[in-house]
Formats: sequence, structure tokens, C-alpha cells
Amino acid sequence: MNIFVAGAGVISAIGKGKAESLDALEKGRAGMGPMQRLQSIHPLPVAEVPYSNAQLAQIACLPETAPRTALLSAIAAAEALQQANLPSGIRIGFISANTIGGMDKTEVAFPNGKLRNFQYHECGSVTEMVADRLGITHHVSTISTACSSSANAIFFGARLIRHGYLDAVVAGGADALAKFTLNGFNTLMILDSNPCKPFDEHRQGLNLGEGAGYLVLTSEKITKSPSATLSGYANANDAYHQTASSPGGQGSLQAMREALKKANLKPGDIDYINLHGTGTQNNDISEGSAIQTLFDPDYPPMSSTKSFTGHTLGGSGGIEAVFSIMALEGGYLYPNLRLETPMKELPFSPITTFQKGVNVRHVLSNSFGFGGNCSSLIFSKV
Amino acid sequence: MLHHEGHSLEQVYAAEEIQYPKFYKMDALSKLGFLAAEILLKDRPLKYPKEDIAVILSNANSSLDTDIRYQQSTKDIPSPALFVYTLPNIVIGEICIRNGFKGENSFFVFKAFDATFIKRYVESLMDETPTQACICGWVEFLGAQYHAALWLVEYRASDTEFSIENLKKVYG
Amino acid sequence: MDKLMAELKRQIITQLNLKDMTPESIGDDEPLFVEGLGLDSIDALELIVLLQQEYKIKLAHADEGPAVFRTVRTMAQYITDHQ
Repeated sequence: MNIFVAGAGVISAIGKGKAESLDALEKGRAGMGPMQRLQSIHPLPVAEVPYSNAQLAQIACLPETAPRTALLSAIAAAEALQQANLPSGIRIGFISANTIGGMDKTEVAFPNGKLRNFQYHECGSVTEMVADRLGITHHVSTISTACSSSANAIFFGARLIRHGYLDAVVAGGADALAKFTLNGFNTLMILDSNPCKPFDEHRQGLNLGEGAGYLVLTSEKITKSPSATLSGYANANDAYHQTASSPGGQGSLQAMREALKKANLKPGDIDYINLHGTGTQNNDISEGSAIQTLFDPDYPPMSSTKSFTGHTLGGSGGIEAVFSIMALEGGYLYPNLRLETPMKELPFSPITTFQKGVNVRHVLSNSFGFGGNCSSLIFSKV
Repeated sequence: MLHHEGHSLEQVYAAEEIQYPKFYKMDALSKLGFLAAEILLKDRPLKYPKEDIAVILSNANSSLDTDIRYQQSTKDIPSPALFVYTLPNIVIGEICIRNGFKGENSFFVFKAFDATFIKRYVESLMDETPTQACICGWVEFLGAQYHAALWLVEYRASDTEFSIENLKKVYG
Repeated sequence: MDKLMAELKRQIITQLNLKDMTPESIGDDEPLFVEGLGLDSIDALELIVLLQQEYKIKLAHADEGPAVFRTVRTMAQYITDHQ
């Protein structure tokens, strides 16, 4: 059974919605910069969505006091649903991922705040709030597996449709910036104090970002003109370290390999790879080594759009899935920004200019999370 | 099935005579999941390729216990070792590192243990992927309360059927 | 230096949760990473926290880490040089 993509929605530092995002991707307009909204003692660049909670709440039709993650999630999911224009009377599910839940509220209220500020702390409550807003009741699930969360939500949604439990699924994820996350990543010393340079020999780490990305997936009989299909997906555990990837990227390699197998494709069929490409020393060499093992000697064009949006954690798989769908629809290839010196260990390097009108038939999107959780999705033109 | 009630996790570790110094670095949730998996797999070596063994876990409070501890550490100097564990799926990472499991893994957050969900998810894994064995269940740690219930499901079943009723008998 | 090294060993065990170890079992010149004690990258970060917390010394760059934390003696020497 084919899993169709009927809609896509996104919000990040580079734009609200697909059109704004595409414009930024084409014009090389990155979203990271000095902190405007988040208050922190650390002078680190972040990729913030340029709207206050009050403004987001108005767009999302949610209360201003809602956690920022919920606001971002609702906006992107609503855009996807609107495009999908689903018929009534079908079984719809909402599979949403996040890592911080309502932490933006609780970290301000902690330790002496009122109990009502903590009621949305945990990840599931954010999902439920958005499900209520979207009017989805049939099935609601929350996944929390770090940076691969929303990619996992997407293929979990596909499975539910394949097994006949649901007719359509809104699947993806979101995360807002929070001091908790910023402090945490800072103690791991993997943040770049300048805008990040994924896959550059002199990369210094990642920039944190925020945002949300969702797809509407359906069975074949629901959608008449899908944008694309979710043709392959896989998940594997690296089984190496809690936060670092194995040197050869074993987990990444396995995830990519099995996704290709599921899609019935060979490495040579991939026209673009949207890299996980965080810009950390470890991820980029690990992911790069895995790509070398799988694709050598013919490498497709590839890039990390985290050079635009920063690393949006729970939202990254979803946001990058939406960018992948856009690439298929318009024949776009996105540049990897600020790449000056290719990595000396790898015989390939990401592309650095935007292209359109390219024959993009199959896109591979990687999302690798802490805990060794490695996911790869493949989207294909219909 | 084994019960360890009223003991601390360190006591269980000692009682089970496990030698794994990394245990002490884990947060409470990971210690709990790790121990539950050790007990589950004791004297039951899995003879499948490591890529075919999946781990699917769930709980209600995610990594909240450690989130709170980490947040407290930020008052002084934030602890990187604590921050590492402020994600619920790290417990899966620890189990996989210990046992070399490389199959699919996912972590779900539910209000309460959902036997129907777990059963369906694991079955679809076995149908759709090379998964031949799956460790699945519930691992919850918050403050003084902890619960873990893990099942080992194998494709070629042996004595106990993998059914919703049987799951609920242990943890309904 | 000896007193500092003994104190450091005690602190390392506490900071890194090395529950099964005693200070006496850590050699002054035993490699802390890869071989010897076999510490990992997260342990390295915790040692940076240790330096800050107990000795008010801040490592400017994570790159300095491997040289500073090679053994208990190199750590003690660094602390002595920077206090």
C-alpha cells in the first residue's frame, strides 16, 4: 500500500509556512542570530521564530499562556491539514513529537511557581492540547526520542495507516527554545558561538533553533492528488554512547540502508540527501562516513538545512520532511550555508548553491538522535 | 517473572550480581530500565542478529525525575552528566549499549500503560521489519515511586502468547 | 602536589560516580581516558565542571581537555599552575 503525503506545514526561524521558508532557502537567508526573545547569560546565536507567544497564540487560536511548543505545533499542523483538505467521517490520528513539552513555562515558574504553570510540562500534554485544537480525537500519540522524534512520528503514522487502524495521520513534531536546553547543550560543549558550519572542516558545533513541521499522510483511497509518497523508512540503534555517534556511523548506516530496502531503491536512485548535519565534530564525520560507505563512488547532491534553521530538536525531522516534500514538488536543491572548507576525511561535500528545475524523484532525509536513535525517511515523487 | 519490591535500585544491582560500573553513572530511569532488561534477559541469551532486536518502551512522566535534578544543578554549575539523561529514550540507549542491540527503538509517552498499543506496535514491527525479537513495556521513575514491566517478544513464540490479556495480567 | 592529587582522586570518584573505586586504586600517572580508567566524553565534561566548582578554574576551550586531564598528575599540575 502506498502512503500518500496530502499536506505539509512548517514554521521555523526562516519563515511561517512553506512559501516563506522556500523564499529564505532560495535567497540564502539563514535564521540564526543574537537572542531576541530567550533571556540567557550565554551570548550564543540561536534560530528563533520571530514572533512572541502572544502573536503565535493569535495565529494558532490557542491561549497566550499555552506552552510555546504547543503554539508552534498547532500552526504547522494546521497548515498541513488545510492543504490536505481531508474528507469528513474518516479516522484521523495525531502523532506528535517534542522533547521539551511545556518546559518553557515550568523553567520560569520553578521552583516556587503556581501548580497551574506545571500542568503542561510533560510532552504528552502539549500533544493533547494541539489535538484538541485541531479536533483530532481518534488517535493521539506522543513520541519523545530526542532529535529523531518527529521522523519517528512520521513513519509510525504511516504504519498505523498501513495496518488499517487509521485513514489519515497528522504526523511530525515541534520544540521551542528554552533555557534548560540551551544550558544543557552548553554544558556538553557542542554549541558554536558563531553561526554553524555543517560539514565544514572547521565546524565548531550546532546552533539551537525552534520550530515545527508536520505532514498529513493518508492511504491511497483518501487522497486523489498527493504531493509525494513516503516510500521508505527505518530506525536503528547505534548502541555506542548516550550522546555521541559511533565513528563509522553504524546506526546511521543501518537506518539508511534499511530505508532504501523498504523503498525498493538503490543508493543511486537518491537525488538529494537532506543531512542531519548538525555541525558538531562528531555527527558530521559519523554521518559522512556512513554516507561514504553506502554511496561510494556516486554521491547525490546533499545539504544540511540546519545551516538555515538551526537544530530544532524535536521539530527537526518534521521540518526537514516538509523541506524534502517541497524539493520533490518544485525540483529544488537547497544549499549548505557557510561551508568554506570541505571535510578532509570525506571524498564528497554538500552543495552550496540553490538550484531549481532539477529532476528530483527520491529524497532521503536523516534524523539522528541522542540515545543512538537513528532514523531515515525516503520521500518519492508520485 | 521476578519481583523486587521495596529495594533500592543499587540493592537490586548488588543482589543480581551484575558487573557493569557504568551503572552508577546512569540516572534513576536508566538504572531501572537497565536492571529490568538484565533480569528479563538473565539466562536467556538472544540468538538473533543484533540488528533484528528492537526495544520499544513507554511511560507517563518521560524523564521528569532527572529534568528536576538537572534544573536544580543549573543553580550552581549545570551538570553535563545529568543533562544527558533529560530524554526518556536514553534508557533505551543504555540497554542497547549493554547488549549491542541495533534494531528499531522508540519511546512513547502515555497517561497509563497501553497494552493494546504495545501489542499492535510490536506486531507491526515483526510484520514489516526484520525484527525477530522485541523488548517492550513500561519504565517509570518519579521521586520515590518506580515501576517497570518488560516483556520479551519473539517471533517464533514459545510458551506464553503475546496477547493484550496476558499483557494486562502483569500490568493492567 | 601529593596532597592535591589525593584530594583530586577523591573528588573524581564522587563527581563521576565511580562507586566501586577507591582513591588508592587510581594511579598518579594512570591514563584517565581510553585506557586506564576508561572515562568517556561526558566524564571529560564533568571534570571541566569539577575544575570550576572546586578550584574556580575555567577551561577556555574543550580542546585543552585531553592534555589537562590525561592523568591525575597533569590535572594537579594544571591546577597548581593556574591558581
